[in-house]
Amino acid sequence: MWEQIRANQIRSVILVVAMGALLILIGYFIGVALLDSAIAGLIITLVIWLVMSLIAFFRGDSIFLALSRARKIKRDDHPRLYNIVEEMKIASGLEKMPDIYIIDDPALNAFATGRSPERASVAVTSGLLQKLNRDELQGVIAHEIAHVKNRDVLLMSMCGVLLGTIVILAFFATRMLFFGAIFGGRRSSSAGGGQAQLIILAIGIAFMILAPIFAYLIYFAISRKREYLADATSALYTRYPEGLASALEKLGGSKAELKSANKATAPMYIINPFRKKGRAAADLTSTHPPISERVRILRSMAGGAAFADYENAYRQVHKGGKGVISPAAVASVGAVGLRAAEPEAAPREPEPSKVERTREVSDLMWKLNDYKTINCACGTKLKVPPKFKSGQVKCPHCGRIHSV
Amino acid sequence: MPIVGWIIIGVVVVLVIILFATYNSLVRLRNQAKNAWAQIDVQLKRRHDLIPNLVETVRGYMKHERETLEAVTNARNMAQKAVGGGVGAQSKAEGELSGALSKLLAVVENYPDLKANQNFLALQEELTSTENKISFSRQFYNDSVLKYNNKTQMFPSNVVAGMTGFKASEFFEVEVAAEREAPKVSFS
Repeated sequence: MWEQIRANQIRSVILVVAMGALLILIGYFIGVALLDSAIAGLIITLVIWLVMSLIAFFRGDSIFLALSRARKIKRDDHPRLYNIVEEMKIASGLEKMPDIYIIDDPALNAFATGRSPERASVAVTSGLLQKLNRDELQGVIAHEIAHVKNRDVLLMSMCGVLLGTIVILAFFATRMLFFGAIFGGRRSSSAGGGQAQLIILAIGIAFMILAPIFAYLIYFAISRKREYLADATSALYTRYPEGLASALEKLGGSKAELKSANKATAPMYIINPFRKKGRAAADLTSTHPPISERVRILRSMAGGAAFADYENAYRQVHKGGKGVISPAAVASVGAVGLRAAEPEAAPREPEPSKVERTREVSDLMWKLNDYKTINCACGTKLKVPPKFKSGQVKCPHCGRIHSV
Repeated sequence: MPIVGWIIIGVVVVLVIILFATYNSLVRLRNQAKNAWAQIDVQLKRRHDLIPNLVETVRGYMKHERETLEAVTNARNMAQKAVGGGVGAQSKAEGELSGALSKLLAVVENYPDLKANQNFLALQEELTSTENKISFSRQFYNDSVLKYNNKTQMFPSNVVAGMTGFKASEFFEVEVAAEREAPKVSFS
């Protein structure tokens, strides 16, 4: 398995080990402070971690797909998307065709999931299918397949479980320590050594508060590294960095937020679903590198599409400094040329008609003014004003009674 | 004495494990390259299958392009006959087919009705994708061959490769100029 996470291998491993060490320290502190036995604390920690890992490993992808409200599609539902995924399957040498999902949402985003290349899924939003041309869509899919091929999905869910365990344990431990201290638990009732105990308690609480923050920072650092690598791999697969670059630009320019994303699932998407304008470039608390920077790197890949070209482009954008791809990975890929732009084959997905768009805007306006909408079975949308007092409302078209 | 004996046994065991691992990775890489090669064939065949449909769809709209259509059909039949007739003959026939196809698709430009036909658009997407798949298979084949050749030529795996008869493979270069230019499936 580790052989597959070739590039960035060592740095990613060090960060994962650091998170594991944090978890063990937390377990130790809980044991010492709450249970009078370091071993007991460690055992509880490991059991919680193990249970969460098993769930994430065996059910993680289905939970994730269900959370994002993705629906599985077949070849005939969207031949172009299917074809592009198949093209990238061939380019990456995946053995099995990944399952394809569409999320009905106007936001522009995509993600990949599945613990191994044999059990992988790719999901894209319907907004993405409408707004991107073939080359751009290919770049995005290549980025997602790269996550599968580089085993990022497994790596990130392992890290996610570590992070989750740390956060949960720290949350409960700080509260128990705190209330234990206030209401006088069994330890503070003993007269001797009160001061030493207080100091230990203080250190413990401080550590419990800091540990989740450190864990988050490590998690974000790993996530950002893997994003760069997936961008580089996407360029390598498509031989056409411009496709992904211009797709990222469109994704960054879109304002629509993905409704079904949440903080836990954010690192899985191609761009951060919660990005805000005007954040610092090298923000430590972001799951993804800034889009503008990713685009600049991809556009600076002048000579070719190999890892070495991405590495050079990265150095150029960052004015020297350490690169993002391990030398071993760079060496594993020979010189690779670029290809020409794809002539735009078929027209884009038909855009929503004018009527639909007007309706969408007006719905938005109602919502902004705190109106409640009720979908009646006859197809009518009832808009209930915020001042409406009565508990029931009658549909003006078919006469059905709805409760508010 | 027994200690030295154990050390020798240990070293031999480790060597044998390394030998097996190297052998297996050579086999894996060779199979990967073989699969990629098979994939190219699959996609070329798919292109042959698509063409009669394309000609059928286009025929109704193009009353005055009988020659172009016939050229495509003939080239396709020739290419199908050339399957299994050696790499040289095959790539020549496929190249001619590409040429005839791009001529046909250039003419489509003059028929706006055709460009609005859903059936035609679907076929066009299939053709584009097939061309892409051919070039991605070729790309992956060459990547696999590069890795395989490195393994057969670099120390220490070259020793194992030499003992067990693994030879370097050839890259798949495009020989016919027409084949290099996949038909431009673009009319907009």
